[in-house]
Amino acid sequence: MNERAEIRMFIRERFPNAELDDQQNIFALGYVNSLFAMELVLFIEKHFRIEIPNEELDIANFCTIDAMSELVGRCAVPA
Amino acid sequence: MQRIGVIGAGVMGTGVAQDLAQHGHDVILVDVSDVILARARDQIAHSARMGRLLGSSAPPLEMRRLHATTDYEALAAADFVIENVTEKRQLKEEVYARLDSICRGDVVFAANTSAISVTRLGSLTSRPDRVIGMHFMNPVPLKRIVEVIRGWHTSPATIERALDLLASIGKDGVVVSDAPGFVSNRVLMLTINEAVYLVQDQVATPEDVDRIFTSCFEHKMGPLATADLIGLDTILFSIEVLYESFNDSKYRPCPLLKRMVDAGLHGRKSGRGFYSYHHDALEATA
Repeated sequence: MNERAEIRMFIRERFPNAELDDQQNIFALGYVNSLFAMELVLFIEKHFRIEIPNEELDIANFCTIDAMSELVGRCAVPA
Repeated sequence: MQRIGVIGAGVMGTGVAQDLAQHGHDVILVDVSDVILARARDQIAHSARMGRLLGSSAPPLEMRRLHATTDYEALAAADFVIENVTEKRQLKEEVYARLDSICRGDVVFAANTSAISVTRLGSLTSRPDRVIGMHFMNPVPLKRIVEVIRGWHTSPATIERALDLLASIGKDGVVVSDAPGFVSNRVLMLTINEAVYLVQDQVATPEDVDRIFTSCFEHKMGPLATADLIGLDTILFSIEVLYESFNDSKYRPCPLLKRMVDAGLHGRKSGRGFYSYHHDALEATA
């Protein structure tokens, strides 16, 4: 499973009725608030075993599944 | 930049300490146990890190600004003290005589309270002109307005110092006179208490009560979600203080509120209140 699918699954678990595509701004949908952004940070850091640098903690990086997936790519330590 | 004593490392105290430290003040954070202080340091680091996501424009936190200690004597170095002890009159009152003997004569004491008489707290010190109320809103780093309470003897110079300190952390104060619950809580606590009665009397579910406020009145949050954010234990204390202060039955706490507090359903901070915060952010429990 790729990053996009895993992030999508996390959001789906929390909001089963949400219809999402990878480019959709999840905060513009109305049922997710900025506190959920914090949960996304914690999920991404724990799940992908990365540490997101403070300067990347910008809401723009968590607005869409695509943006989060790119963030994970940028933060991942090359194997 | 000043050295600010912050007493109490609960929800409000940690928020105040974080905000002050992020704006370059040195903070002496005092509480009764090292366990509480360690948790507060973690919480402050975490909140400061997440701040931008939640819309804060405060500068990054330097942890060296934060000095956490269980030793009240450390407050001898403070220029200004903000007290955030639990809203129980006896607990708060015990702090003031102690502070008065430790701090320099020119130091202002600000009570972060939503309901307790600033005039009375001032009377427990030798400096009632330098005792003032500062009712911060939660979460402190994100709220720009503070209800500032002028006690009977609070001097204009003290009000100015308090407003200057608030300005240094990007906040404005609204100055009101000392009366039980001031403006904010006299209205808010009654509203929340009545909303709990509606749930208890099965007139409406918590979601429906809140939806009326958010949809019809355009409030950002309904009264019960607000209660969960503030903490149901704090709500109960505040209503009890109003009841005791006015001796008016309209402030009697709703039995359901008391039961929930006894059951440990303290709201967001305990994971459950009128809503559950473990999984879906808004899943009603009451």
